[in-house]
Amino acid sequence: MAKVRGAIVVDVERCKGCEICIDSCPTSVIRMSPTVNNKGYRYAYMENPENCTGCSNCAIVCPDGVITVYRKKIEVEI
Amino acid sequence: MKTTDNLNMSTEDLIREENLVYKKTECMTDAVLSFCPGCGHGVIHRLTMEVVEEMGIQSDTIGIASVGCSVLAYDFMNVDMTGAAHGRAPAVATGIKRCWPDKFVFTYQGDGDLAAIGTAETIHACNRGENITIIFVNNGIYGMTGGQMAPTTLEGMKSSTTPYGRDISLMGNPIKITELVSQLPGTYYVTRQAVHTPSAVRKAKKAIRTAFESQKLKKGLSLIEFVSNCNSGWKMTPVEANKWMEEHMFPFYPLGDIKVEGKLIK
Repeated sequence: MAKVRGAIVVDVERCKGCEICIDSCPTSVIRMSPTVNNKGYRYAYMENPENCTGCSNCAIVCPDGVITVYRKKIEVEI
Repeated sequence: MKTTDNLNMSTEDLIREENLVYKKTECMTDAVLSFCPGCGHGVIHRLTMEVVEEMGIQSDTIGIASVGCSVLAYDFMNVDMTGAAHGRAPAVATGIKRCWPDKFVFTYQGDGDLAAIGTAETIHACNRGENITIIFVNNGIYGMTGGQMAPTTLEGMKSSTTPYGRDISLMGNPIKITELVSQLPGTYYVTRQAVHTPSAVRKAKKAIRTAFESQKLKKGLSLIEFVSNCNSGWKMTPVEANKWMEEHMFPFYPLGDIKVEGKLIK
């Protein structure tokens, strides 16, 4: 059986905190940070990184293109 | 090799070059986008440049930026760009395409530019069937100048110059420029897309690809309208603006292809 694990990297200083990625995430991984970046925007981060499947939905709807996505298929024994 | 240890792999271990599936295209510059948070322009810029990258035509593409928020495109798109006087982008594109028929020429225009001051240039470029691509971003208002009413403003829609909503009897009807130009014989591919959800973004990218591919065929003009948001102008949060757009803009500006391969399908 294979399980897909994913991860996103957010360019914190370019993120404008529009929250569109939160709506687009099918596994509710993304939240907005309690702190702000140098421009005063809250930024996206992975609240539940273990649920990320690396589907890239957040990255393709991000208006500022700040999200980079990584994905790996992991073989596991049941 | 099957193992159970890997399942507990940390996020840091995943972030490696060989696991990369998506990153911002190199055809966008590193300049920070100056658009408001949640603005659709950023996605449309990136999709256009992703198509340019995938087709390998970065050095053969010439873009024409219009006036409005879209004027900033030449700071962000890493291809040859030029600016045009307000509304005149299709005329400038005509000249460039006729001088270099083998280059890929596209204009990037907003609704205030394309559907108001540039109506004549748009309609005549479409009617002549110039082999260019027009990317038309329709957010229903003049975004850059402060949210005034545009020709595309919906009936009853509030803007800074129509604080009680657009009154059709006084201000006329909103114009569906995409349906209008699809009736002209010079257009080859006409479609309306949006970029507010992942599925819409994927469809929109295919539409841009089709438009650029049809330039190669030299059979006519391709126009892609993007129904987009202007959350600053609409005075909403980005998420609310996208929802409002779905509820109010899409019934009047329905998404989908209107003309494919020179044939009307709607």
